[in-house]
Amino acid sequence: MQDPKSNSYNHRRRDFIRTGLGVAGGLALPAGFATRAFAAAPAPLGTWPAGVTGDTVYIGAAVPRTGPYAVQGEDELKGMQLAVEHINEGNELVRKIAPKLKKGLLGKQVKLLVADSGAKPNEAVQAEQRFINENKIMAMTGSTSSAVAVALNKFAQREKVLYLVAISGSNDTTGKDCARYSFRQCFYGETAANAIGPVLLKTYGKNKKAAFMTPDYTYGHTVTKSMNDYLSQHGGWTMVTNQVSPLGTSDFSSYLTNIANSGAEFIINVNWGRDAVLSIQQAKQFGLTPKMKMVIPYQIPFLAKEVGPELTEGVYAATDFWWTLEDKYPLAKMFVEAFDKKYGYKPEWGANNAYMQFAIWARMVSEADSFYPPDVIKTYEKGETFESTVGKVHFRAADHQLVRPVVIVRGKKPSEMKNKEDYWEVMEVVPGEPLMQKPDAFGCQLGDYT
Amino acid sequence: MVTWSNFFSQLFNGLALGALLALISSGLTIIYGTLGVLNLAHGAMFMLGGYAGYVAYERTGSFIVAVIAGTLFLLVVGVVMERVIIRHFYKRPPEDQLLVTFGLSICFVEIVRYFFSSLSKTVPAPAVFSGITNLGFMFYPTYRLAVVGIVALALLALFLVLYKTRLGLIVRAGIEDSVMVDSLGINVDRVFMLVFGIGAMAAGFAGIVNAPVVSLAPDMGEAILVQTFVVVVIGGVGSFPGAVLGGLIAGEIISITSMFNPGYAYVMLFAAMTLVLMVRPHGLLGVKGRE
Repeated sequence: MQDPKSNSYNHRRRDFIRTGLGVAGGLALPAGFATRAFAAAPAPLGTWPAGVTGDTVYIGAAVPRTGPYAVQGEDELKGMQLAVEHINEGNELVRKIAPKLKKGLLGKQVKLLVADSGAKPNEAVQAEQRFINENKIMAMTGSTSSAVAVALNKFAQREKVLYLVAISGSNDTTGKDCARYSFRQCFYGETAANAIGPVLLKTYGKNKKAAFMTPDYTYGHTVTKSMNDYLSQHGGWTMVTNQVSPLGTSDFSSYLTNIANSGAEFIINVNWGRDAVLSIQQAKQFGLTPKMKMVIPYQIPFLAKEVGPELTEGVYAATDFWWTLEDKYPLAKMFVEAFDKKYGYKPEWGANNAYMQFAIWARMVSEADSFYPPDVIKTYEKGETFESTVGKVHFRAADHQLVRPVVIVRGKKPSEMKNKEDYWEVMEVVPGEPLMQKPDAFGCQLGDYT
Repeated sequence: MVTWSNFFSQLFNGLALGALLALISSGLTIIYGTLGVLNLAHGAMFMLGGYAGYVAYERTGSFIVAVIAGTLFLLVVGVVMERVIIRHFYKRPPEDQLLVTFGLSICFVEIVRYFFSSLSKTVPAPAVFSGITNLGFMFYPTYRLAVVGIVALALLALFLVLYKTRLGLIVRAGIEDSVMVDSLGINVDRVFMLVFGIGAMAAGFAGIVNAPVVSLAPDMGEAILVQTFVVVVIGGVGSFPGAVLGGLIAGEIISITSMFNPGYAYVMLFAAMTLVLMVRPHGLLGVKGRE
């Protein structure tokens, strides 16, 4: 492992050679010097340059197509496919995000390889390893579970292949377990808590009793902690019980029985995917809701469609993206239209996140004019502001987290819905910067470039 | 959250949870006991029952029709599966049987996913059982109460078939010693087909009865399969009363543990299984030599 300094030295040296060759030649230096200088071009790193020698570059996606997050994984995959199509045809939308992009990326076609992760970290890592060995992928993506994201972070750092985080809300993804080779578009659970917290306090008041439902892995625990910290410190709320359940639980009766006996006024449901669908349906069967109010800190794609608007009516949630933002942001409109045209439904935030991650990657590669990973990473780390489907955004160099607004939505009554996909009303778009903790607050150590 | 009212609530919830586990496990244990085939597709059959019922419900709007459809469909699936595939595996090593049933379960799940997508499907509880019942110490979904009764009836029916009919006699004899039954000139072939069909039917019935409680998804059988294995191991492999007892014990362990610390509910379940394996390797009601 070299340290980053020696790498920037390499850069300077390469620049020197590129611009100063004529001078060097004029000075008629001994041939030996020139040879040594050429040899100083960067050593092979990860899949580079093997992955960029042909006319196609590959991205490896390990998305859950089975298991409790399968529904969200399929949607995410569609966002990726649309983005790849747009990159290859030099579509107008992707060029708004990546202005230097032409048809294809640096003259190469991008191809997406897909494997099913089942939302399991080991399967995701195995799939990516296969893509690295067989296809020399230049970037990997996937995750609809932060457990997968955290595993791929470490894997990406070890293999020196860029990882574009897909759905992952844990504080660890760009916090404790952050990586130099990993970048996240969707926000921290902490940021979601800081955005939805004030709305809850304003709507429901102080000193309330809340029961938490927490899926038993990094996402669940960090989001529950962030929500509880905010509500207890700013509003004097108390956590009367925390019901931790394994990912993929189908019967929530024993957890709901505890909540029924806890005296809670609110259920803060951190469960996600199918677990959220089932826990919300069963909370209704047990008569807990609507007596207790349900809050969803991190919105779940397709939730309203699966449980029906009767159960999401009045429910507050923080989300990355909701399609009615098309009225507010021109890029959102272009994205929703393109997606709806291709797939016949309005994209959920997983698809939007995936699309944006690919478009941003295309931006960084085309700005760097290179696939060489350290060059691309440094372009991300410049922190330049660019357009997105939720307005202007930029990356933080210190934790590789996109600084972006948080969208607060509330479930519409069935009678208020203007069409069959009009489930949520956008209540507020909260600017991201003031919501975010310091980059090192969760102990992020990015690691090396090479 | 350890209070008397919560304790009674959880005790009761454990009973409801356990009843369902008992029903699904009984199918698995009868098949294994008689045929010697560990059917890894049992969870997928549970799921198929739910979807068959869902289709019938969508067509007719009747829950009764859905239950009948889900049950009969699985009887047919079971019989066809046994005739076409499983019977060729009776004489083959156990690992072949595991692989073929595991493969079938993947096929079932993906076929369902192809036609119905991963989006969950809901079968509403019949109107008479909708709503919530006040039990005095807690409120409980009426349909879940009904499920306890429905499952009890189904288990009774299975009991009568196994203990009061000639078929049941042969099945139980087969569990004890299938070679002897064979040499007594009984058409074991036909009995095996029926047993597989009945086991599949029990899974299908449980699947559709469970559908209003937990909405349907293609891979819902996976988690259930693991739990039913635990139940069968606790109760004793091949023992029908063992499956019932094991189911109730598993339900209570999950519920009561969750009262103290929900994160440990499943840990305790597996700890209990380990304990049973150490103290009574053949399960609580299992008999040594029964394989």
